[in-house]
Amino acid sequence: MTAHYLVLSGLLFAIGALGVLIRRNAIVVFMCVELMLNACNLAFVTFARQHGNLEGQIIAFFVMVVAAAEVVVGLAIIVTIFRTRRSASVDDANLLKY
Amino acid sequence: MESPVEIVQHTAGGVIGVSWLMIALPLLGAAILLILGRVTNRWGHLLGVAMSLASFVVAVLAFFELIGLPEAQRRQAVHLWEFIPGMVDMGLLIDPLSISFALLITGVGSLIHIYSIGYMAHDSDRRRFFAYLNLFVAAMLLLVLADNYVGLFIGWEGVGLASYLLIGFWQFKPSAAVAAKKAFVVNRVGDFGLLVGMFIIWTSFGTFAFADLGAQVGTASQGTVTAIGLLLLLGACGKSAQLPLQSWLLDAMEGPTPVSALIHAATMVTAGVYLVVRSGAFFFEPGSPQALAVAIVGAATLLAGAIIGCAKDDIKKGLAGSTMSQIGYMMLGAGLGPAGYAFAIGHLITHGFFKADMFLGAGSVMHGMNDEVDMRKYGGLRKYMPLTFATFMVGYLAIIGFPLLSGYFTKDGIIETAVHEQPVLGWLAVLGAGITGFYMSRMVFMTFFGEKRWAEDAHPHESPKVMTIPLIVLSIGSVFLGGYLILSNRLMVFLGPATGRPSDANLPEFHFASTPGLTTLALVAVGAGFAWMRYGKATVPVVAPRGSFLTTFARRDLYGDALNESLFMRPGQWLTRIAVFFDNRGIDGVVNGLAAGIGGTSGRLRRIQTGFARTYALSILIGAALLTGALLLVGNI
Amino acid sequence: MGETITFWVLAVVSVGAALGMVFNRKAVYSALMLGSVMLCLAVLYAVQDAPFLAAVQIIVYTGAVMMLFLFTLMLVGVDSSDSLVETLRGQRFWAAIAGIGFATLIVLAIGNAVFAGQTGLAAATAQGGNVRSVALLLFTKYVFAFEVTSALLITAALAAMVLAHRERLTEKATQKDLSRARFRGDRPSPLPGPGTYARNNAIDMPALLPDGSVAEDSVNRYIARYDVEHDHLPEDPKLAEAIQHKAEEESK
Repeated sequence: MTAHYLVLSGLLFAIGALGVLIRRNAIVVFMCVELMLNACNLAFVTFARQHGNLEGQIIAFFVMVVAAAEVVVGLAIIVTIFRTRRSASVDDANLLKY
Repeated sequence: MESPVEIVQHTAGGVIGVSWLMIALPLLGAAILLILGRVTNRWGHLLGVAMSLASFVVAVLAFFELIGLPEAQRRQAVHLWEFIPGMVDMGLLIDPLSISFALLITGVGSLIHIYSIGYMAHDSDRRRFFAYLNLFVAAMLLLVLADNYVGLFIGWEGVGLASYLLIGFWQFKPSAAVAAKKAFVVNRVGDFGLLVGMFIIWTSFGTFAFADLGAQVGTASQGTVTAIGLLLLLGACGKSAQLPLQSWLLDAMEGPTPVSALIHAATMVTAGVYLVVRSGAFFFEPGSPQALAVAIVGAATLLAGAIIGCAKDDIKKGLAGSTMSQIGYMMLGAGLGPAGYAFAIGHLITHGFFKADMFLGAGSVMHGMNDEVDMRKYGGLRKYMPLTFATFMVGYLAIIGFPLLSGYFTKDGIIETAVHEQPVLGWLAVLGAGITGFYMSRMVFMTFFGEKRWAEDAHPHESPKVMTIPLIVLSIGSVFLGGYLILSNRLMVFLGPATGRPSDANLPEFHFASTPGLTTLALVAVGAGFAWMRYGKATVPVVAPRGSFLTTFARRDLYGDALNESLFMRPGQWLTRIAVFFDNRGIDGVVNGLAAGIGGTSGRLRRIQTGFARTYALSILIGAALLTGALLLVGNI
Repeated sequence: MGETITFWVLAVVSVGAALGMVFNRKAVYSALMLGSVMLCLAVLYAVQDAPFLAAVQIIVYTGAVMMLFLFTLMLVGVDSSDSLVETLRGQRFWAAIAGIGFATLIVLAIGNAVFAGQTGLAAATAQGGNVRSVALLLFTKYVFAFEVTSALLITAALAAMVLAHRERLTEKATQKDLSRARFRGDRPSPLPGPGTYARNNAIDMPALLPDGSVAEDSVNRYIARYDVEHDHLPEDPKLAEAIQHKAEEESK
């Protein structure tokens, strides 16, 4: 079963990455990042069971906590940007360039 | 043959013990005038004269103390301090040779200092002028008094510096600045020879001191000694304007006339003769190739200088050509060994007097003629400047060797010795004397005789006393000094302890009616008569006629400058151009090309930074995919 | 067997929901899809002997994080949907290549791997079950990391407050200012309510004034726009014109 879980995890991760690349709405991009994190968590949990080691679950727990913090800050940034630029598109924030 | 006596260490006090004052006083004067600057403007010239006179007084006292000593102790070394530990002890050598020079330098130098008070009265930079003159006197004294080659070299470079500063004294004139630079550069060539010669002296003998060299010279091979001699000769040629390094002297006349008189006629240019005579005991064995080279150089230069002197319309350049020629005589004498030394030094001393006399006379003429130097615009000045005319005439008669005047004795001595030792060179010297008669007469006739050819605003007048009194003193020396020094061989005997001399039985006797002497007189008379025909009786055109090939040849300084230009300057310029081209195109091209390449590449490369976060994310994912693929391929997963 | 069925069902659902999240134009739908994926994953955690994580997943992710997303969406504007036109040249093509390639490589890598039998967590959780065991590890071996996380959370909360805080540039308008402004303006009275004197008693119907004319101001402009967009205009041309007018006003 381990392989199945891992393949699922990889697929979800790839889908999340794809979303990050093709979506322009910053919030959706953020969601895709969350999806990628979740995919990783699934792999952690799977490996915890595979190896009979609880630390995989501990790491997954920490990932969740950090992800929560990241979401809070990230969304605050999006709101701030939206307030000043009237846009939530990641393509509109492109001033930092050559 | 009497060899030079041993150099003894001076122990007793006396004036010789403090002979360093001779150098220190003018040096102090120069330092005060240069460091205090404008504060000293009012009395600076007086200080300069006082320092020079004080130095002269010390020299005279030292001279009398020296002749009071027995002959075997007449070479006194005064130790001053350890200059370079284990290598050079700085000290002074007071012997007949150096004290003769010291007397000439301080004596004539003081007279020229006094003369300059009047000559430079209207120059706003008179104080600086006196500072440089004092500096020159100090350096020149160090040159002749030092008891080793290093001290000599320091003085040598010091006079080079003073000469440079004084030639370019009116540095606002481009010609003066160029002349100063030319003198400096040409002198560098000679200095290089002297320096390399000193290097060889050190490696061969391990000492620079004159006192130690005498015993050591025998240990070196003949080739080494010849090499040293030729290199020293090169140095002497540079400083004394001998062929082939003569080109700077004529241009050096750009400096104020007292400078021409003091430095470029009476003293500094004789440093080469001093060097040869001083080194004579070590490196110029009579009959050796290097001694012969000295004589040949002297003979060639005396002719070249005389020919140049014939064609110059500029009174100072004419005198400069004559200076070259007379130093040629001295070199010729110096190349003949101890027999010629006394005559060379004697001619050097008398020449110092009569040439300074004439230069200062020329300065006096210029002073009265609004600084006009073209003799074609003089004429008939004898009535307007009687004193200048009289003193100039004395100098003129002395230089052409008029019987019983100074130049007659000393020049005749050189010629007779030369005819005896090196007949060919001797007869060339006789010919040179004839030419001297021509060009000096030409100068006198063009300046003081004939009708007036002045510029309209010229009001010739006699110069002030402060200028004429030195002229009178110098002309007295020009009349009597030669006879006093040469008759009964006074100078030869006096110099003997320093330079060596023929033994008492072989001392030459002065012949008033020898073949060379009479021939010389006849040729001089012919030359003077020819000059009278051309420039005394006939009218002198104000504008110089084109003249024959020979005239042009002489006017162009025997194409010496052209030769230097085509041999050294042009190739040097081309070399510089090639180097500049290589630097611009090659080195800079590589550097600039590299910079431009990097700049262009990064200009294009930075376009990758689009500012779109998604593009960056894409590159990250592609990178991750590639990494994963690579790991798969190497089989680590 | 039970686990296999659960896995396949949830795998299909979660992959489908993930794809839906990525390809749905509307952000709210994307958020809902993400919620579904998270729920599925929670169940999968539970199946894989991680009941504690399953609970945390539901509470933290599906509960807190997803709510945060939805709140932000509301703030930014629910109905601002992405345009379908890609502006970056080649982005979609290369994104697809990279995404599919990456997935393929991962699958290949996992397919290549040979897994031993699962050890299972029975031994690790022998001391009183999953939650106690996790707690034991968390508060002993990882207690420092745990404390650091708390600092991280506080910092994040503070950062969110700082970022979201807006400096007030003018004095806040008081009741007095507001009423004064109202009387200075065109209309001292409140806006007319919808439906007054109208035939239809509905919030999207403009009121009729006593003289029979239509009171445009009585309809909320958002509602007017909704009506226009969804073709809910009343039959009465006078009313329809008023609503359309109002909707145009809004869209300006």
